[in-house]
Amino acid sequence: MPEDRKTPQLDDLEKGPWPSFVTEMKRAAEKNPAAGDLLGLLEKSYEDNTGHWKHGGIVGVRGYGGGVIGRYTDMPEEFPHLKEFHTMRLNQPSGWFYTTDSLREICDIWEKHGSGLTNFHGSTGDIILLGTKTAELQPTFDEYSDAGYDLGGSGSDLRSPSCCVGPARCEHACYDTLDMCYDITNEFQDELHRPMWPYKFKIKMSGCANDCVSAVARADCSVIGTWRDTIIIDQEQVKAYAESGLDIQREVCFKCPTQALEYNAETKELTVIPEDCSRCMHCINMMPKAIQTGKEKGATILLGGKSTIVKSAFLSWVIVPFMKMEPPYTEFKDLINRIWDWWDENGKTRERLGELIYRVGMGTFLREVGLPPVPQMVFRPRANPYVFWQEEEINK
Amino acid sequence: MAKIDIGPPDYRKNLHPVIEENYGQWKYHEKVKPGVLKHVAQSGAELFSIRVGSPRLVSIDFIRDICALADEYCQGYLRFTSRNNIEFLTGDASQVEPLIEALKAKGLPVGGTGRALTNIVHTQGWVHCHTPATDASGIVKAVMDDLYEYFGRDDLPAKLKISLACCLNMCGAVHCSDVAIVGVHRTAPVVNHEIIQKGTEIPSLVASCPTGAIRPDPKNKSVAVKEEKCMYCGNCYTMSPGMQIMDPKNDGVAIMVGGKVSNARSAPSFSRLVIPFLPNNPPRWPEVTEAVRNIVETWLKHARSGERMGEWIERIGWERFFTLTNIPFSEKCIDDYIFSRETFRTTAAFKY
Repeated sequence: MPEDRKTPQLDDLEKGPWPSFVTEMKRAAEKNPAAGDLLGLLEKSYEDNTGHWKHGGIVGVRGYGGGVIGRYTDMPEEFPHLKEFHTMRLNQPSGWFYTTDSLREICDIWEKHGSGLTNFHGSTGDIILLGTKTAELQPTFDEYSDAGYDLGGSGSDLRSPSCCVGPARCEHACYDTLDMCYDITNEFQDELHRPMWPYKFKIKMSGCANDCVSAVARADCSVIGTWRDTIIIDQEQVKAYAESGLDIQREVCFKCPTQALEYNAETKELTVIPEDCSRCMHCINMMPKAIQTGKEKGATILLGGKSTIVKSAFLSWVIVPFMKMEPPYTEFKDLINRIWDWWDENGKTRERLGELIYRVGMGTFLREVGLPPVPQMVFRPRANPYVFWQEEEINK
Repeated sequence: MAKIDIGPPDYRKNLHPVIEENYGQWKYHEKVKPGVLKHVAQSGAELFSIRVGSPRLVSIDFIRDICALADEYCQGYLRFTSRNNIEFLTGDASQVEPLIEALKAKGLPVGGTGRALTNIVHTQGWVHCHTPATDASGIVKAVMDDLYEYFGRDDLPAKLKISLACCLNMCGAVHCSDVAIVGVHRTAPVVNHEIIQKGTEIPSLVASCPTGAIRPDPKNKSVAVKEEKCMYCGNCYTMSPGMQIMDPKNDGVAIMVGGKVSNARSAPSFSRLVIPFLPNNPPRWPEVTEAVRNIVETWLKHARSGERMGEWIERIGWERFFTLTNIPFSEKCIDDYIFSRETFRTTAAFKY
């Protein structure tokens, strides 16, 4: 950006205790003119109260239809280094685990080819490399690929799957979220790199009902860890919690959504009514030393989650109450392939899976994908009797 | 030629030795203090996670700085969280305090664990997005500065998750957050016929409008918008740059509250609109920070222990939420889109 261009509004955002993205942009600007232009462009946006990026054109790397988001400023004369300023998405390692060597490698390659600015991470989960020219895309990709990194998804494809920290650290993990995420991502590389569907598809994997990757809100297919048997209670530890001052009756039992817990304040014993427990994780969260998940572990599969555009935000809903989730995840892969085939066949342009099921009805979806209807799919049955009957069900 | 379809790096190569040795064998965890978790394995081994706030939009030199810290205190191992915090990982209890001191010296906040305000999930905004109604990083910085004290504490009634989306595409779980800040447009798009004629696929554009407000305009070889039907969602602009929806005089943000994704105690729930519009007022968006602070402090004052924002509101009733926060209730808070009927109150058992 021009030497004399000041950024008083952005400068103000360097003050205050929270780490400042403006400081970061300035750090990058010291070494890279595109980052410098970006500061100027953002200041202009702050002056104009409007964005200055055009719709992206189609740019990419050989063999892929996604992974790169084209970006061009609408003010190329004033900010020439932003004439082309594309984003590359790098598929992150499961659980966002890194060694410092791997992070430095990512930084070194980016320094050579791009603005030096990144997002750790984007909302889907990828590492975002923010800003490079069209001519740099292929060389950048080539260097990352040689170093063992690949692009993530973008466009009407499988977006990069993501998962919670899982059994790497969390005692609640009901299946290996990290391994499943890695396995699924590798299995479906074609679907991820070459957009061929009505619209995007996201798979997210959480190890338990706490859902730390917000799978239920953000994924067309949410895999949420659960168990089929009963929670395990260690009464010695329950006593220890009681003695430490935890009000078990009020903080744990009263808050059980299905009133499945009973606490005897005299004997300091906590018991569960097994068939009443809905496995919501609250009591386990409150007393992690005393209560564990059950032993027969697996996952619930929910479908349909998405953001607001177009038909409103959807939360995923239960499709398979319990599926064992162990490598090589054959049952899951078989199901997801049937779902994709059906959605691809029936979905309109830019129609998400949840919107399609809503449009044609669960009955049609279940029959055509081959899934049994179960009451766990609904909070409650329909309140209207407008039922469709199939030919074969009618007396002729 | 470089290989394609190689997939992401194998996470197993990036696991701290304590994690590798105790993978899947964790017994319980403790909250040591704000920002510090201790996980204990069946073997008795301990893993400390020190959580640190980050602006998410960072330079490679920032990454190199935190790598230097991870090398010194964590044998080179670290991770990031699903809300863009950094977690330094060590099996050595004696490294925790020195690391925290080193982080403080670098101005990096330790916190965001347990019943705390954690990092604000957000999108690109004016920094890079082609459809923003507001900036993202600027508002996040302003709000986190304003609510900073709550990041380093873990004694709030429950977790506080604030998220921001710069437009209604809502890239992130904004629709299920305790407090959601959403960029909104308030005026119908201005149709630029020249751009439409250049390469817009008219049937797809017409079909993209959720309210059917767009119809073909054969005379202009373009489209026309029936403004009374338009609710300025901006989906048409995503389909074609000829539907110019950015309006600096009228764009701004809405505030929604009460969502959550976890299943604990209550089912996952959507954030709900309580303030339909606040203006864009860079660089600090004072109207937004004030509104968010008001909502957060009302929750802090009135919620019972363990109540997320939405759980508190459902218990006291939305009518009492508006009274306690002094936020005016407008007809704009009442749904008139396709799932509206489920939100109407079909009971006389309400509070005054």
